[in-house]
Amino acid sequence: MEPFRTLTSRTVVLPAANIDTDQIIPARFLTTTTRAGLGERLFADWRYDEQGAPRARFVLNQPAAAGCQILVAGPNFGCGSSREHAAWALSDYGFRAVISTEIADIFRNNALKNGLLPILVKEPTARWLIAHPGASLGIDLAACSLTLPDGSTVSFPLEPFARHCLLEGLDELGFLLAHAAEIDAFERRA
Amino acid sequence: MARTPQTLFEKVWQRHEVCAESPATPAVLYVDLHLVHEVTSPQAFALLRERQLRVRRPDRTLATMDHSTPTTTAQLFGGAPIAIDAAARQVRELEENCARFGVELLGLRHAQRGIVHVIGPELGLTQPGKTIVCGDSHTSTHGALGALAFGIGTTEVAHVLATQCLLQRKPRTLAVSLTGSLARGVTAKDLILAIIGRLGVSGGTGHVIEYRGDTIATLDMDARMTLCNMSIEAGARAGMIAPDETTFAYLAGRPRAPVGEAWERALTLWRGLPTDPGARFDREVAVDAAAVEPMITYGTNPGMAIPIGAHIPRRPGDPVFARALEYMGLCAGEPIKDQPVNVVFIGSCTNARLSDLRTAAALLRGRHIAPGLTMLVVPGSQQVKRAAEAEGLDRVFLEAGAEWRESGCSMCLGMNGDVVGRGQYAISTSNRNFEGRQGAGARTLLASPLTAAASALRGRVTDPRELC
Ligand code: SF4
Repeated sequence: MEPFRTLTSRTVVLPAANIDTDQIIPARFLTTTTRAGLGERLFADWRYDEQGAPRARFVLNQPAAAGCQILVAGPNFGCGSSREHAAWALSDYGFRAVISTEIADIFRNNALKNGLLPILVKEPTARWLIAHPGASLGIDLAACSLTLPDGSTVSFPLEPFARHCLLEGLDELGFLLAHAAEIDAFERRA
Repeated sequence: MARTPQTLFEKVWQRHEVCAESPATPAVLYVDLHLVHEVTSPQAFALLRERQLRVRRPDRTLATMDHSTPTTTAQLFGGAPIAIDAAARQVRELEENCARFGVELLGLRHAQRGIVHVIGPELGLTQPGKTIVCGDSHTSTHGALGALAFGIGTTEVAHVLATQCLLQRKPRTLAVSLTGSLARGVTAKDLILAIIGRLGVSGGTGHVIEYRGDTIATLDMDARMTLCNMSIEAGARAGMIAPDETTFAYLAGRPRAPVGEAWERALTLWRGLPTDPGARFDREVAVDAAAVEPMITYGTNPGMAIPIGAHIPRRPGDPVFARALEYMGLCAGEPIKDQPVNVVFIGSCTNARLSDLRTAAALLRGRHIAPGLTMLVVPGSQQVKRAAEAEGLDRVFLEAGAEWRESGCSMCLGMNGDVVGRGQYAISTSNRNFEGRQGAGARTLLASPLTAAASALRGRVTDPRELC
């Protein structure tokens, strides 16, 4: 995994609450057996009409969204199905961070494992971000801070181990495998 | 000093800590049972191949196929090819992965195949005090037997395959205390919809729920599974119910339950699992189960549920709410009752066990569904299917005008081609009414098997108490 240290990008805003993983990537695209290429299907039913043509009004289809790597979303983003395809689709599309007041547990875990940073902010910050799509933000993961366009910073919580893994580009599997002796001992006790 | 009283969750958690958590690192948690299915596993097996790893405990791993598999007998047993190529590829890939890694597979034509959350308990593999994971959010279902069971992502599926462990921060605990017995015409599905309405769709985030209180003793295992199944719909990682005599009676004699001395030892262990008197939960919520009415959803998440006789609420100035109603083609302030429906789906890991089918069949017996309506009955497993057929339930459904299918997830998520058409209304006994969940543009109303059957007879949303 690529290390994640800092990121500067403009935002795309999807203000709806409870955006579930079925919206992020509809089930009919889960028949894939690889991780690649899901970015094209990201938010498929919001992004494309029945004929497959882009819906001009959907934010990802607007020119301003090009190159944006930060998604700002309403509360409880990523709820529902555990499909990691949601995190794969977002990162394959080019997103590297998701900001919300609330992020669903399984999605948050999946995001962290794919170098997609879930950032929790308080209500006033979220309100401001939702009201200012396209705002340019700075993220400093080592400091767990988010810099707003006026230069002010807000800090965000992140589980220390997840942060360590992201900063170093480590994956958890290596860490678990290194515990083989403890796992052996546990199995002998059980 | 006396031992600090512990909750059911804490007991199970503690017994599975390979390494306890510290401020710097999460706990290494041992997994007793890993269930695998065709949709969320291919990339995990690929990771194992890439890293040249083996499956650490094939004996603790069981695979089946349910999500993308066909439900027509012709495709399963009649020699017709699987209609969707990509689904056929997933099926093949799981067969290959299981063969290569030595994992037991209850494959496409196996007599014990079924929805992963239906077969675990049915086989007696799901047991009190176990830790159980699966790449599927409704793994919470298994908590009904007193297991700690939760859904994981595909990367974590690879972790468990390779190490039988997961890195986890300890979740908080939430007690949902239930009092009273369910009224006539009210089922566990109505109860959980009422609970989700109360908690909100993110009210359980970061928590493991324990359902407790005097209501539990009145619920059979199928009902308990329905309850725990939808814990994730309140955002909770897991739902649990303390094992009791009902649980033990359910497990006794199941093909993979312990026998003889091992059974006696297990019983002793299981009896020690319930939450100790005086144990503390991080949060507690009380729900009067006796007051719950048949519930139905009107919106695009499971928290948007009302009693079937109620009117759709008004939320002026809430654009998300307005959008949900627009998608559903429903109006604020209107009753939901008598809304015409096109499709009725009885199925899914929430409500496709034998008792669910019996409930629906009891209402349909000797009657016919409304003209023009499509009704699909999809048993939760092949065993449920055979048991239902042995009682003649298939005849009841077929004579009522419904379709009787092979088991699988089917129209719950519409991956296998069983979909609800654009703009159509479906009453579904499944668990998610998200936009497009049952097919692009499909409009889902979640309800109990009883409400689904009653509505099928009239072709519109019907209070089952009027018919039963
Ligand atoms: S029946 Fe539906 S909710 Fe249950 S496992 Fe299958 S797709 Fe998931």
